[in-house]
Amino acid sequence: MTGKQPFEAIVAAHGTTVLRVCRAVLGPVNADDAWSDTFLSAMKAYSDLPEGANVEAWLVTIAHRKAIDITRAAARRPVPVAQTPDDGAVPATGSPGHSLDADLADAVARLPAKQKQAVAYHYLAGLPYAEIAAIVGGTADTVRRAAADGIANLRRVYPGAAGTRTKGEACVHG
Amino acid sequence: MFTDDLARDLARAFPSTPGDLRRLHGRLAAAADRDGILDVAYRTVDTPVGPLLLAATEIGLVRVAYASEGHDAVLEALADRISPRILNAPARLDAPARELDEYFAGRRRSFDLPLDWRLSGGFRRAVLSHLPEIGYGQTASYGAAASLAGHPKAVRAAATACATNPLPVVVPCHRVIYADGRIGRYLGGPDAKRTLLTLEAA
Repeated sequence: MTGKQPFEAIVAAHGTTVLRVCRAVLGPVNADDAWSDTFLSAMKAYSDLPEGANVEAWLVTIAHRKAIDITRAAARRPVPVAQTPDDGAVPATGSPGHSLDADLADAVARLPAKQKQAVAYHYLAGLPYAEIAAIVGGTADTVRRAAADGIANLRRVYPGAAGTRTKGEACVHG
Repeated sequence: MFTDDLARDLARAFPSTPGDLRRLHGRLAAAADRDGILDVAYRTVDTPVGPLLLAATEIGLVRVAYASEGHDAVLEALADRISPRILNAPARLDAPARELDEYFAGRRRSFDLPLDWRLSGGFRRAVLSHLPEIGYGQTASYGAAASLAGHPKAVRAAATACATNPLPVVVPCHRVIYADGRIGRYLGGPDAKRTLLTLEAA
């Protein structure tokens, strides 16, 4: 068998990761629409996908464009949307009764777009920085820096990350 | 490593459950069908001859496959021969599933379904398209099947047509047996063929 695998196998292999990425980049409300738009577009274009292409990078590329479309459409709607601080500085969210997972999700939601994308595409989708640069623009270095800044911001506000930081820094710097 | 922990924590903070994916998959299948890009829809049904894979194009039922054929291999072959735009999308197979259910319950003697014959061409297709003329509960020889297609001497070709029937059960190649009564080859194996003939003899 030399041809393409059934699209069902693409959904089975990558549906989970794409949903996580959509949720990280857009939040829970719009993530479903982004996932659906992404796989519908991918299915339309599937026949033209070159043999041996990186399917996950291709899907994240489509999801990235869909997320931009959805964000723009939401911005045009006359409803108040959460403000994203330009510097990514965020107040700590570790209030009692608030789960650590929800804290991290909140912290990611407050990251500036470039940092959020770099973190989601690298740490959730596992794409290398050069691949992400091809999707979001810039160079591998600027994406690496955006990811590092994003992580630094997350460490500041996310108690779970603070708990693992000591060990991690020992690894990175030690 | 911090980054491994972070990747794990992020995956937990942005969950993606099997229930989420089932729901989204259903939405995708419906949207793909609506947009005319669901080239092949499939599902499986449990039957007395094991799980059967049913696949349909927009034209009609295109493939019925026994488990012994390897359902994954069959889907890959459909991707090659028809289109890779294939989804597990049960809705399109509702009518075939219902008619098969009725057939295996002994309440249906013939199928009334739109069929897509594209996986079978030429003389093979001619042979297969005449097989429904062999009635429920009857059997015919390979020679008789060749005669139905207008070439009484093409016995071997008729046997090949039956052995490569893309629509077993629905197109009743199981009713074609050797003239001496031996049961002959069958995609689903001789036991499946016997089960169908026994069902129809009841």
